[in-house]
Amino acid sequence: MELIAIDKRLDARGLACPMPIVKTAQMMKTMASGETLEVISTDAGSIKDFAAWSRTTGNPLLESSSDAAVYRFVLRKA
Amino acid sequence: MTLVAEPTLAPTITPPPAPDGAPQPASVEPKTKQMVIVNWSGELDRIWPTLILSSAAAASGVQCKVFVTFWGLLPFVKDGVRITGDGWMQKMLSVMQRPGIDHLKLSKMNFMGMGPWMMGTLRKQYQIASPRELLEACQALGVEFIPCQMSMDMFGLKREDLIDGMADPAGAATAIEIMTEANASLFI
Repeated sequence: MELIAIDKRLDARGLACPMPIVKTAQMMKTMASGETLEVISTDAGSIKDFAAWSRTTGNPLLESSSDAAVYRFVLRKA
Repeated sequence: MTLVAEPTLAPTITPPPAPDGAPQPASVEPKTKQMVIVNWSGELDRIWPTLILSSAAAASGVQCKVFVTFWGLLPFVKDGVRITGDGWMQKMLSVMQRPGIDHLKLSKMNFMGMGPWMMGTLRKQYQIASPRELLEACQALGVEFIPCQMSMDMFGLKREDLIDGMADPAGAATAIEIMTEANASLFI
C-alpha cells in the first residue's frame, strides 16, 4: 500500500556509495518541482546518506524505511 | 516571594506552519555551498576518495572544484596518450608511471600491480564504481577539474594530452582564491 503517490522510481539495488546518491541527483534533475521519487537501495550507508542528502539539497525526504537489507526512500523535489 | 510569569520571553514572531504537514526542509541557503579538493596524488587509493567526494558533493548540489596538480595530473591524461613530454626525462617519467584513469597504482601494497588487481576484483565483487565511472559521473554533474599549469609544464603535458572537459589551466593563486571562498577544502 502506498500512501504517497510516486511519480518516478529508481532502482539503485546493488550499487555502492556514492552511486545511489549520484543517480538520485541525476534523476531529480529531470523532474519537476513537487514530483516524488522512490529510490530502492541495498547500500546500508544510504539510510544516513539519503537523510543527509535531503538536508543538504533541501529536497524533503518523505519516507525512509527498510525491509531486511533493502532500503526504500521517497523524496520530493523542492 | 511570588514568581511572576514572564510574558516577554514568549516568542513575538510565530513561525509559519509547515505546509500540508510535510517534513520541513533545512533552511534554504541563499548562496550555493562550495567545496574544493586539491588532487595531488595519482594513486588509486587517493583518486578514489577524491572522485567519490566530488561526485557526492556535486550530487548534493554543492559546487565542486578540483585543483589537479603534480602526480594528480596523470590520471587525467587521455586514454590513447601513452608517452608524454618532450625531453627524455619527461618521457621516462610517463614510462615509469603510466598515465590514464585505468592505470592507477596503490600508495601501499602495490606489489608490482598485484595490489591494484586485487582491489579491482574486490571492487567488482561489491559493485563499487570504478574511478573511470566516478570521473564520468563527476563530469556529468558539472565538477570542475582545473589542471595546474606549472605541473603541466614540468611533466611536459599539453592541454590536448588531458581529457576533454577540463577547465583552463591555472596556478596557485587560483587555488588559494577558490579554497578561501569554499565552505570546505581538502588536500588529497
